[in-house]
Amino acid sequence: MMGDISLPILIASVLAASAPLIIIALGETLTEKSGVINLSLEGVVLFSAMAAFVAAKVTDSLLLGFLAGGCAGMLTGIIVGYFSVYLHLSQVAVGFALSLLCRDLAYFLGNPYSRVPGPGLLTTKVPFHEALPSSLQIIFTQPLTVWFAILLIGALYYFFTFSKAGLNLRSVGENPEASFARGLNPSKIQMIAVLAGSFLVGIGGAAYSLSLKPGWGRPQGAEGIGWICLALVIFGGWNPCRVALGAMLFAFLQVSGIGLQDLFPGVPAQVFQTAPFPLMIFTLIFMHYSIRKNRTQGHTPNPLKQFVQNLLMARAPKALGKSYKQE
Amino acid sequence: MDVEFRHISKKFGSVTALTDINLTVRSGTIHGLIGENGAGKSTLMKILTGYQSKSDGTILIDGRETQLNTPKEAASSGIGMLYQEPMDFTPLTVLENFSLGNPGRDRSALRLSLKTLSSRFGFSLDPNRCVDSLTVGERQQIELLRLIHCKTGVLILDEPTTGISPAQKETLFPTLKQLAAEGITILLVSHKLEEVASLCSEVTVLRQGSVSHNASAPFHFAELLDAMFGSIPEQKDKDAPRATGAVSLQMENVVATGERLGLRHCNINCAEGEVIGLAGLDGAGQSTFLRLAAGLANPNRGRVKLFGEELLHNSHACRQAQRLQTSFIPANRLEEALFADLSLSDHFSLRDKQDSFWQAKKNRREQVKKAIRTFNIKGEACNVAGELSGGNQQRLLLALLEPDSRLLLLENPTRGLDIRSGQWVWNHLRRKLSQKTTILFSSPELDEILHFSDRILVFHDGEIVLDCSVSETSHGSIAAAMTGATPQ
Amino acid sequence: MKNKISALSIPRTTLDILLGTTLVVAFTALILLIADAPVLAAFKNICLGAFSSTSKVSQVLSVWVPLVLCSCGLLYSFRVHLWNIGIEGQIAMGAVAAMAALRIPGPHNPTFILTLAFFASMLGGALWGLLAGLLKTRGGVHEIFGGLGLNFVAQGFILWLIFGPWKRPGIASMSGTELLSFDLWLSTPTGWRVASIGLIIAVLVILLSWLILVKSRFGLKLTAIGQNPRAARLYSLMPERYYLKAIAIAGACAGLAGFLQVTGVYHRLIPSISSGYGYLALLVVMLAGYRIILLPFLALFFAALNVGAIQLPIVLQLDSSLSGVIQGCCVLSALFVLGIRQKRKQS
Repeated sequence: MMGDISLPILIASVLAASAPLIIIALGETLTEKSGVINLSLEGVVLFSAMAAFVAAKVTDSLLLGFLAGGCAGMLTGIIVGYFSVYLHLSQVAVGFALSLLCRDLAYFLGNPYSRVPGPGLLTTKVPFHEALPSSLQIIFTQPLTVWFAILLIGALYYFFTFSKAGLNLRSVGENPEASFARGLNPSKIQMIAVLAGSFLVGIGGAAYSLSLKPGWGRPQGAEGIGWICLALVIFGGWNPCRVALGAMLFAFLQVSGIGLQDLFPGVPAQVFQTAPFPLMIFTLIFMHYSIRKNRTQGHTPNPLKQFVQNLLMARAPKALGKSYKQE
Repeated sequence: MDVEFRHISKKFGSVTALTDINLTVRSGTIHGLIGENGAGKSTLMKILTGYQSKSDGTILIDGRETQLNTPKEAASSGIGMLYQEPMDFTPLTVLENFSLGNPGRDRSALRLSLKTLSSRFGFSLDPNRCVDSLTVGERQQIELLRLIHCKTGVLILDEPTTGISPAQKETLFPTLKQLAAEGITILLVSHKLEEVASLCSEVTVLRQGSVSHNASAPFHFAELLDAMFGSIPEQKDKDAPRATGAVSLQMENVVATGERLGLRHCNINCAEGEVIGLAGLDGAGQSTFLRLAAGLANPNRGRVKLFGEELLHNSHACRQAQRLQTSFIPANRLEEALFADLSLSDHFSLRDKQDSFWQAKKNRREQVKKAIRTFNIKGEACNVAGELSGGNQQRLLLALLEPDSRLLLLENPTRGLDIRSGQWVWNHLRRKLSQKTTILFSSPELDEILHFSDRILVFHDGEIVLDCSVSETSHGSIAAAMTGATPQ
Repeated sequence: MKNKISALSIPRTTLDILLGTTLVVAFTALILLIADAPVLAAFKNICLGAFSSTSKVSQVLSVWVPLVLCSCGLLYSFRVHLWNIGIEGQIAMGAVAAMAALRIPGPHNPTFILTLAFFASMLGGALWGLLAGLLKTRGGVHEIFGGLGLNFVAQGFILWLIFGPWKRPGIASMSGTELLSFDLWLSTPTGWRVASIGLIIAVLVILLSWLILVKSRFGLKLTAIGQNPRAARLYSLMPERYYLKAIAIAGACAGLAGFLQVTGVYHRLIPSISSGYGYLALLVVMLAGYRIILLPFLALFFAALNVGAIQLPIVLQLDSSLSGVIQGCCVLSALFVLGIRQKRKQS
């Protein structure tokens, strides 16, 4: 029953489970904010998970493992970026084909390392562990990926809201022609965004095979995550905080699947995994109808209210998915 | 900063857009640039702002020859442009739009600069508001302040008073004068003669790609209009008017969006058999009018009636109009009316009302061959539409017209056609079609309008400012109405 | 997707195919080298695995049938430039609908029930496709995300059925529902793995699709709307209606594939009834340039890769997903070559 799982344990599990999702989804948010959609997430997550595990096992270094995962992600980002930004090919076509390629490549190259024990990231205690009440201690005993994910939320929020580079990136995603007129280089900015975003996706993939679901196999356990993160970016309205909240919501559904199963006997946990998608579809429909109505955006001087309003309104970067050609 | 154009010309393939433009704009003046559609104003400005390359000639800024190959180079030379359509980023805030592209990093310095500049010119802009909730005029203000902040020496304004309220105009004009007084060179591209007259000290008129006139204040409108539209041609023989009286198209209190200002207060009745010419500058509302009648656009308010039947206010209106034997030929033939990769016979297949399973019909070949012969289309049945020249595309579209159309809506029917093709088109329209067919056509050529219409509607900034029969008006008064000048 | 055939471009196209093939072979060889595997032996085993015996060839055909059905269906949706990623779900829901018909209680004439299931599967797939289409036309939801979402929903629905109302007596398990009674199995020739009816249906669908897409007015209308929806309105065509029709037809074809999977291959409903054939079909159609001429052959090639690669774990201790690597690589190199060619044309 739900009551058997104490609240601190639940929170701790949700945080742990949401860390990789947050990293991946935020990486994709970065890419999409610049106007490029990377449909290959599903395959890249698996590919980088495999690369990370193999690298960590071979070198016996978790750090190198994570870096390998990130680089594997970035490698796929080079392909997505080059095909989309410089060859002006359909982002959907490239992303989709790459997704299947990366997934199968992961299974193929990772085969010798299937079901083989390897290094795993252990939880670490925070410096002030002793000072916490015992019930909260478990929440703060998390693998480093959790702290990385939380820092990433803050970093991306700061990047988009306050930094100049973030502003430039957002402008490219909204109106590349106008950015070009202002002296920016949209192609370069998009390429950097794709590379950075896919690096993060790679780190997130590594977080699966080195931390959350250690090891490699076919299936690994991270199947379906890529698609879900694509949905999370939309559900989160391309806003880092909301995307992270969505990831945590999904992680909650995953974790409490066991508990929910008691409530709905006979329903396998996988059914709850489908939850992000109806949510995403409702978000899209809601966006569609709210844009259609003549809305005069209420301007409130209260910054908190403005933040909440921004949180609830969602709009895709206007140039998302379109390939920008310089005249 | 002084700007001088020397022997500037621009060719797009075989088409000449600009011929030997020589123009000097002195520092600290507001210099007007006027001309009718297609005169070359926007091409010239695109060259100045680095978007287009020039084919020949030099541009001198402050006496030095300057390369303007990219917008970035133009910006670093101090050239900035305020576009008709705001080139900004709608979900971002005022401050963010102001700061974008600025090499400076300090946010608070930018915020301060925005505040100082706003108050200096009497604008009230909230830095934290999202730009998409602002009016066009306010968005222009942000852009203007940004250009000033970036130390723009040459400011180009493209139709700046479109879509701004009279109150905002009251704020803008003194601002511009103030900027000129401070030494900024301003180039004002506009079709509104009255505004040009009140703001500018010098005016250059472009016509068909070359400078046709230069004038200094005070200006004589008749002189300017003459230079813009050419002298009054002799009246050739005209066909007798043929309106019958039965109503074909009605617009009741129509308000619609589209183009620059959409359409307002539109109340028009057209009779069967009338040939009506729609005159007006680009974007004044004629295209919206035609599309409303074709059912391609829906009015926000009011009703559009074809032969007494009201058009639906949804996407089915187009089909309904076609059922009511209304045909529309847009100006952008390839983009809006033809399929570039489908063959001529495919187009005829699509037109075929008969709903059979098969595409090919026994006499399709014959039908297409006959059409090619009759309409003199230079192409084969198997050629794709994208391979035809503009003139032949128009002939194809005319060939595809339903023979029993009762209402013909034509947007620039002779656009891109040489004289002979144009004459052929009109010959076909007036002679071959039934006397009862109502024809509405828009055209930038006043000669065409005067010669072929029974009745003329002149559009200006979304309203019909003149509605009279062709015998009651003249070249001069139409030209004046088009530019918003009060008729003499 | 345009494909203007002119005398000048044919030699270049052959060169492009050569370049593309070289890239694929080179990449696959590289991957095999990284995996420390014998390159030539791998290629040889794939070929043997697909063609070395009648049984193997028939297995290739049993993969070819659903693959080519889905690919033909996708031709309709691609004609109007829709990305029908929801095809996986459409296979699944077609299978569910077929199963529902097959589970109707009471003694029945097997042929009658099978025919009923046949039509039910087309209807099920079509309706699921229509759902994604309506989400697009009425709800403004891009068909990629609507389709993906519905894929997941269909997957969840099948799991619920298998573990719920349709579970095996005893313990519900991931191996699916109870086996269908023998008289509801589609007949296969002895020693063959593919139902003969399946082959006939596939060939009929290919021919019918060719007729419709190339020769019929409907196909012409679809082409026109895909090329220029704005202009299409001036010819009394309503693009939204045709989007829905196209995606429904794609769904119907996919549903048919589901029917054949249930009655001809697995003889029950399993969680992975669609077996990834939907996504693979998307690759096939992309590689075929969105035209029907090469489609059946490319589908055969992909099916052969799938079946051939099954040998790899047995003989060389390699994972069979090498086939997926080759397939994905084919599409990416085709795109690459296309992109390079377009770029060269521009400058």
